Amino acid sequence: MSPEAVTPAEAAAAHARPLDQLLRGPELAEAARIMTICNACRYCEGLCAVFPAMEMRRDFAAGDLRHLANLCHACGACYHDCQYAPPHEFGVNVPKTLEALRPRAYADHAWPRALAPMFDRNGPKIIALTAISVAVFLFAFMAFADPGVMFGVVEGPGAFYAIMPHNVMAGLFGAAFLWAILAFLMGFRNYWRDVEGGLGPRLGRGPDLAALAAGGHDAGRLKNLHGGGMGCFNEDDQPTDSRRLLHHLTFYGFLACLASTTCATAMHYFLGWEAPYSWGSAPVLLGFFGGSAMTVGAVGLARARMKREGALTDPAGGMHAAFTHSLAAVGATGIALLLLRSTPAMGTLLALHLGVVFAFFVAAPYGKFVHGLYRYLALVRHAQETRTHH
Amino acid sequence: MSMDLFGRDWDVLVAGGGNAALCAAITARRAGARVLVVEAAPKFYRGGNTRHTRNMRVAHDHPNEVLTGPYPEDEFWEDLLRVTGGNTDEQLARFTLAQSKELWDYMSSLGVRFQPSLTGSLSLGRTNAFFLGGGKSLMNALYRTAEAEGVAVVYDAEVTAVEIEGAAFRAAEVTHDGQARRVPARAFVAAAGGFEANIEWLEEYWGPAARNFRIRGTPYNRGSLLRTLLDAGAQQVGEPDQCHAVAIDARAPQFDGGIATRLDCIVFGMVVNREAERFYDEGEDFWPKRYAIWGRLVAAQPEQEAYAIIDSRSIELFMPSIFPAIEAGSIEEMAGKLDLPPDRLRATWEAFNAAVRPGDFDPATLDGCRTEGLTPEKTNWARTIEQPPFHAYPLRPGITFTYLGVKVDREARVQRASGGAYDNIYAAGEIMAGNVLGKGYLAGIGMTIGSVFGRLAGQGASSHVA
Ligand SMILES: Cc1cc2nc3c(=O)[nH]c(=O)nc-3n(C[C@H](O)[C@H](O)[C@H](O)COP(=O)(O)OP(=O)(O)OC[C@H]3O[C@@H](n4cnc5c(N)ncnc54)[C@H](O)[C@@H]3O)c2cc1C
Ligand code: SF4
Ligand code: SF4
Repeated sequence: MSPEAVTPAEAAAAHARPLDQLLRGPELAEAARIMTICNACRYCEGLCAVFPAMEMRRDFAAGDLRHLANLCHACGACYHDCQYAPPHEFGVNVPKTLEALRPRAYADHAWPRALAPMFDRNGPKIIALTAISVAVFLFAFMAFADPGVMFGVVEGPGAFYAIMPHNVMAGLFGAAFLWAILAFLMGFRNYWRDVEGGLGPRLGRGPDLAALAAGGHDAGRLKNLHGGGMGCFNEDDQPTDSRRLLHHLTFYGFLACLASTTCATAMHYFLGWEAPYSWGSAPVLLGFFGGSAMTVGAVGLARARMKREGALTDPAGGMHAAFTHSLAAVGATGIALLLLRSTPAMGTLLALHLGVVFAFFVAAPYGKFVHGLYRYLALVRHAQETRTHH
Repeated sequence: MSMDLFGRDWDVLVAGGGNAALCAAITARRAGARVLVVEAAPKFYRGGNTRHTRNMRVAHDHPNEVLTGPYPEDEFWEDLLRVTGGNTDEQLARFTLAQSKELWDYMSSLGVRFQPSLTGSLSLGRTNAFFLGGGKSLMNALYRTAEAEGVAVVYDAEVTAVEIEGAAFRAAEVTHDGQARRVPARAFVAAAGGFEANIEWLEEYWGPAARNFRIRGTPYNRGSLLRTLLDAGAQQVGEPDQCHAVAIDARAPQFDGGIATRLDCIVFGMVVNREAERFYDEGEDFWPKRYAIWGRLVAAQPEQEAYAIIDSRSIELFMPSIFPAIEAGSIEEMAGKLDLPPDRLRATWEAFNAAVRPGDFDPATLDGCRTEGLTPEKTNWARTIEQPPFHAYPLRPGITFTYLGVKVDREARVQRASGGAYDNIYAAGEIMAGNVLGKGYLAGIGMTIGSVFGRLAGQGASSHVA
């Protein structure tokens, strides 16, 4: 054990823990109960990163449990493999317990704190926000754009900007994007401090490069959504790899869409080329394939979720559907815009797409979008803890 | 649905639903037999004690991605000879160990996956193959393979009687949904485990003390089939009063507490009984070499209970346990919490502390830190218990399995007490493990015996296909 590691005597002195490390609420209490059983058993050690991370702790403070919750990829393997799962009296259900804890953990790390309640009944809030955003774009376009442009056929460079001036668009979306980035970074900081204040290995510094790379490697391959090589479980006790595949489609599709936008921005500012771009251009190709992959992946994940074995999911799970549907909406409206950009529907579709995208970024730090970021950070932290611990 | 199943024409009927049963069933099925498995437990509890296992011991000449070094047959044999003190059938045992070399490939072909050894048991990394996700994961894989290949399985179905004509099995009585059904088959595989969960049966040898035992594994291993076969004239192996018993946390449930109720703290403290007296050398040897004698030691104490007491310096030295330690700031407070006579506990504790000789404490070696002048002495890792808070864990005997079984030959055929083998009755797993392991224990050998004989039983049983 590393010299900085907290001794169990310190751990036992629960009253000495900082307020935010106390096991408050049923989600944390249950997670601590389950992890204590798992730590005495350890049979699932080879399945994913959660168990090795757990073993670096003897006792669990809130920060440790929030870390473990974020590390869990919900593959379900440890539920089917557990001799103590319900109806056994120990009632061990790791995926469900950690899933129930995750929204609480996101809320606890959210910045600014005042927006943490966004994670309560998250689904309806995200839907409402998206609807409002779309409505505002539509209304603004109708109020400010020339009706001939909004509902007519406009083609050629700058067609979109005839409806919404480029500077306004760039300013608005740049601001939404920067807001999201700022909120993420602050969330990261809260997360890191929280885990640092727990009872696991103390790192005494932020993430280092090697750990960032190792975390990226594991996240990029979804190494932990794999039951240690068995596959991941969804509707029954047959392991498959379908959710992993769908997630890859969604995630890499999303990255391609981001790349498309980045590319377009660069072309606009550095080359002076204005959107819409031709079919063979990088932004369109990236956007088309990325958007399609993301839509197919997100719809697939949403359906998989509906079929998911009830025992594996926390019933209060509206957050997931809101997220997969937003992703699918971003992708689908983008593709529709691309396909119908030379028709009178272009103006309406542009409002729809921009409205959905705007809401997506503004809400990103306060919905399931953060799962990827915290999970990545958890993997980074895990890589660094593993190195320090040994 | 399961009712119709009983009426069909079966080549092989397998009684039991653990590792041995499924190895036999799949092997017979692969050889072309129509196979029915009847498992006494409901679906969740299928797989008996196999659910609680984590590794199997296999002989091998070369290391692989998981096994860290060679483990030749001869070394395996010497280990077995040592733990059994010769209480084994040498021919059968050597044959088993030779067969164990094939188990890695065999189990992999059944869908089982392995992983490097666990942190808590690195010392077994060379000799034992660990199941990815543990024994329940292994059982799930076996059931998936069995069902995909057409083995029929009925849960909540217990073999309650067998019909034998001379040396030939004709049919079994299977009780399912409260109804007894006659299920004829051309061959029968008995793979229904030991009788460790049958408290009344244990009481025959242990007296009322057995009621205070904790049974570490499934409540469904009640030995009903073992008794049926012995009564029908099968030859017995092993002694009925022999069982593998370890000391586990007394707060464990009566059945099925499994591995998580294990306690590894005994070597680091002092252990007293309800009279607050010590009764055995806590530091006699490394814990993995001694844990299996502590079940019997605790079973011999009043009310079959004991208490391991350590101080705050030792709490990081052993694997975390499932139940929290009982904490106290003073030895009197501890006596109060454990409901022990305070004066006696203080006297035992003071005598223990006074007897500890100076030394270099080192949990990784037999450090010779000892007491002098006590009965019994503590001969290693003896440190004073002085830094509060004191921690205590209550102990009870935890029964892992029993050794009584039926005699088999190297084809897994059950032997008759009157001589010779039955034509078509085979046995595998715990129900015959006593043939190889008459006494003592070698980590992982239970699964080895189950797989080797399960496979043999499946091969033998499939030879009776119509
Ligand atoms: C906590 C614990 C940990 C262990 N760890 C290991 C380990 O790591 N490695 C190792 O090698 N061994 C280990 N063992 C021992 C190991 O469990 C056994 O050696 C092995 O599982 C025996 O397999 P089996 O198939 O014979 O019996 P089981 O797996 O116990 O299966 C017997 C089955 O028969 C069924 N049954 C009982 N009666 C009837 C009946 N009349 N009709 C129909 N079905 C019936 C039961 O429901 C049960 O499913 C452990 C045991 C315990 C308790
Ligand atoms: S999930 Fe179950 S089998 Fe896995 S480590 Fe936890 S208690 Fe053990
Ligand atoms: S990632 Fe899978 S195996 Fe790991 S804790 Fe989550 S559900 Fe269990």
